[in-house]
Amino acid sequence: MSVAANETQIDGGVKLAASIRDLTKHYVLKSETVRALRGVSFDVPESDYIAIMGPSGSGKSTLLNLLGCLDRPTTGSFFLGDDDVASMSDDELSFIRASRIGFVFQAYNLIAQLSVVENIEVPLYYTGRLDKSSRQRSTDLARMVGLADRLDHRPTQLSGGQQQRVAIARSLVNNPYFILADEATGNLDSVTTSEILAMFQKLNDEGRTIIMVTHEDEVAAHAKRVIRLRDGEVQVDEPIKNRETFTVEQIQSYQR
Amino acid sequence: MNIASAISAFFRPRTWKLGLKSLVLHPMRSGLTVLGIFFGVVSVIWLLAIGEGISREAQARIEDLGAENVIVRSIKPPDSGGATSTRTVDSFGVTRAEKELIETTIPTIGRVLPIREVQQRFAYNGNPNSKPVDGRLVGCTNGYAEVTRLFVDRGRFLSSVEVNGSKSVCVIAANLANRLFPSEDPLGKQIYVQDKKEFFKIVGVLKPRNASAAIGGSLAAQDFSLDVYIPITTMRQRMGDLEINRSNGSFVVKSFELTQITIQVAEVDDVKRTAKLVEATLKAGKIDRQDIAIVVPFELLEQAEFTRIVFMVFMGFIAAVSLLVGGIGIMNIMLATVTERTREIGIRRALGAKRSDIVLQFLVETISLSVIGGIMGILVGLLCPLAIELLKSITASSAPEMYASLPGDITDMRPVIVPFSIPLAFCISVAVGVFFGLYPAYRAAQMDPIEALRHE
Ligand SMILES: Nc1ncnc2c1ncn2[C@@H]1O[C@H](COP(=O)(O)OP(=O)(O)O)[C@@H](O)[C@H]1O
Ligand SMILES: [Mg+2]
Repeated sequence: MSVAANETQIDGGVKLAASIRDLTKHYVLKSETVRALRGVSFDVPESDYIAIMGPSGSGKSTLLNLLGCLDRPTTGSFFLGDDDVASMSDDELSFIRASRIGFVFQAYNLIAQLSVVENIEVPLYYTGRLDKSSRQRSTDLARMVGLADRLDHRPTQLSGGQQQRVAIARSLVNNPYFILADEATGNLDSVTTSEILAMFQKLNDEGRTIIMVTHEDEVAAHAKRVIRLRDGEVQVDEPIKNRETFTVEQIQSYQR
Repeated sequence: MNIASAISAFFRPRTWKLGLKSLVLHPMRSGLTVLGIFFGVVSVIWLLAIGEGISREAQARIEDLGAENVIVRSIKPPDSGGATSTRTVDSFGVTRAEKELIETTIPTIGRVLPIREVQQRFAYNGNPNSKPVDGRLVGCTNGYAEVTRLFVDRGRFLSSVEVNGSKSVCVIAANLANRLFPSEDPLGKQIYVQDKKEFFKIVGVLKPRNASAAIGGSLAAQDFSLDVYIPITTMRQRMGDLEINRSNGSFVVKSFELTQITIQVAEVDDVKRTAKLVEATLKAGKIDRQDIAIVVPFELLEQAEFTRIVFMVFMGFIAAVSLLVGGIGIMNIMLATVTERTREIGIRRALGAKRSDIVLQFLVETISLSVIGGIMGILVGLLCPLAIELLKSITASSAPEMYASLPGDITDMRPVIVPFSIPLAFCISVAVGVFFGLYPAYRAAQMDPIEALRHE
């Protein structure tokens, strides 16, 4: 507990959304042990915007799954706020996912039988905080991502970009420590990609922490910081020098 | 800790709304799945209703004999004086002396009714259009109507004065009255017994009465519809103890004093004991007597109750098998559904669903399916009596001969919905849902969320 308290503050008083130390993940197969992560350490200050890059098989998804509390590390520690996730039970991890983590997937991953608002509400349902005000909150989020007039639509009635915007609204509904995006723009055309990236930028400007996996340099260029993995280790961890940003007008024009 | 939250989620309307939503996504599949439970529940209710109907029918027929009675019937032993060549005929059956003996020696007895039945041809000479009718001439006493549950429609039953005075009066059954007196009031008219050249004045007409059941080999079914009741004293005086039937040009002569005595026991509790005493009295000194049969309706009722329980268990077994088949159908579909919805399970897990939430979700869907099937089954089950009536009337009108050849036990049977079968069927359908839903739900919950998310 005291360690955790110490680690959540670094000089200058910037709060940490997450902090990982010497994280390893081994997959034990019949014939061999795959060492997907071999000791990864970094801090995620609040309102950071990180792009995780690296060649295929370098451990990006594995790392993101650990950050998203979908899995537990083999060794190492992972602090979310004050809690050490590495030692949590399955149910406790579920509760953290429901209450403090936002996922945006490459394949959108909306639930087909639910409407737009209902999809946005799902994480609240699993925290047991679903009530009248949560419907209002979901509607507000749908409006924020430009889908105010689609509240009752089903996912199949929406375009890819619209579905991804629903997913972003859903990732925000529980006021997460950070948004985890695994190739969130991988299925989208360039215009829609810009639309989503503009939205990420706006959210980040408002103070949201975003961690996204991507293999496209143009996408990564919108982040503030890049972490490059190779063979399960951090090869590069540096700020992005010539960061690409959208102007306020551009952001507005993307949000019809 | 999560048991409590899972239970509270179980009772949240939203949980069920969600389950139903997933089900209407595949209406055809859900419908087919529901069918299994539907038929199971319908069969539970129908089988129980038909079983109850049959057993009530049997029970009613036995009760018509009177649970408080012990009946002694005379039986003509095979080859005892049946030959036409001998002039002297051996007498068989229960005798008047034995009746007296029972009446005076057994303390638990109320009344003892002597009855003597012979086949006769009845005619009414006042109307040339009235054809003679073959029926039963029954010699009896004034208590007969009450003990045999015969009810007077018009006039009155025989009186003790008429019995003691051997009067030539009679009471006739409803059907006989209709046949002999199609257009006249039978009261006060004379019935003519051709064989004996005797007239009897009609003092009463009875209400129609159903035939009584045949009980094993000992008591033939009794048809009361063409009966003429006269005082037994009158019968003895005018006709003696011989009965002569002409058939195929030869005589069959029978000699017997009484056809039956009906012994009314004062307390129902004493029936079995009294029956033993009656048997001991009648068989004293002639242990293997073949010319009487002692029928105890009370014991038959007990047997019928046992038969009913066996029948119910058997029917229940059949219904259970059909519910089992329905349940396996549900489980099969749910396993397929779980596989098909692997991705959804992964998404829900990633968004914070605990294993118990996933178990609950699929359990709720299975229970919804089985309860919908159960409720539909109950509704259709309640139509059973109506459907059986319809079936009977259709059979009766389209194939009357076949219908007439069916045993009365079937045609008279009216299904009776057993009240407990409704909650029973409902509970069974819920139980089937839980039982057959647990495994698919468990499978869904055990999935690794990361793998599930990768599933195509
Ligand atoms: N569930 C698993 N079982 C076994 N090996 C795995 C599993 N998941 C990932 N790996 C292995 O771990 C390594 C890192 O994978 P991953 O994190 O998916 O890489 P990336 O997302 O960067 O392509 C790869 O060699 C991959 O084969
Ligand atoms: Mg990957």
